[in-house]
Amino acid sequence: MLDDLDRRILRNLQSDPTQSIPDLGDRLGVSTSRLTRRLDKLRDNGVLRGQQAVVNWRALGYEVEVSLRVTLDKTQTRAFDDFIEAARGIPEVIEIQTFLGQVDVRLSVIARDMGHYQQIYRAGILTLPHIADIEALMHVARIKNEQGLPL
Amino acid sequence: MDLDEIDRQLLLSLSEDATLSAGALGRQLGLSQPATWRRIKRLHDSGIIAGRRLDLDREKLGFGVTVFLGIKLATKGRVSLDDFERAVSAIPEVQTVEHVLGMYDYRLRVTARDISDFERVLRRRVMTLPGVGNVEANVLLSEERRPGPLAE
Repeated sequence: MLDDLDRRILRNLQSDPTQSIPDLGDRLGVSTSRLTRRLDKLRDNGVLRGQQAVVNWRALGYEVEVSLRVTLDKTQTRAFDDFIEAARGIPEVIEIQTFLGQVDVRLSVIARDMGHYQQIYRAGILTLPHIADIEALMHVARIKNEQGLPL
Repeated sequence: MDLDEIDRQLLLSLSEDATLSAGALGRQLGLSQPATWRRIKRLHDSGIIAGRRLDLDREKLGFGVTVFLGIKLATKGRVSLDDFERAVSAIPEVQTVEHVLGMYDYRLRVTARDISDFERVLRRRVMTLPGVGNVEANVLLSEERRPGPLAE
């Protein structure tokens, strides 16, 4: 089980993952060795799985982001597996999520511009198997982005 | 900024594990530590690497449910958008707020301990937001981040 110190460590690390262990220790009033032991324990428990760099696709020239909400033909028993497998083959798909609700699968698709998006949509997305319906939400702006948890 | 093959490889590796040192990455790519460090710095300085994300096991931390909400505003106008955005961003369980075009105006990612905790957030915090109209909820079952168009 996590105690209060674990939560404080994760909360602080979440808000600034690049800070050094001694800095984090100072902030929390914990010795470096105690902090290191806690972090090792969190890793061993599988709570802290790692850190990843966040790529800003816009800075790489991908100006368009579209959220495609897909309903699948569920009379096909392999609909989810086939669809997801094929969607992994489209490089511009940066996220694949499955849902319980009106939407079955959501794909995040990025493109350089609308012409490029059109091309990906026609040559890639529409050829994916078992699609019953697709709705598109065009991304305008990100107002809040804290993938962090309210620990 | 144009990326060459080595930049792409670096970006791909760092988007899987941001804690890799310049030395370790350089060895993988046959590059010296200082040369690798300079390239990584350039990726940061140009804003291509926007930061780091901590990868936490949500369920082990007690957040068992993630729900995406599609929200249609009942009333529009610049003032109501500002009010809505300010109020929705202040809800701690709301992790992301995206302004979208299409059948909804906003897309929210909400994290909760369980379904009844989600219901509390939905009823007390989301449904009471200024200007909220139609709300659609979809419970997240699985999610997978892909490397994106780096491996071309």
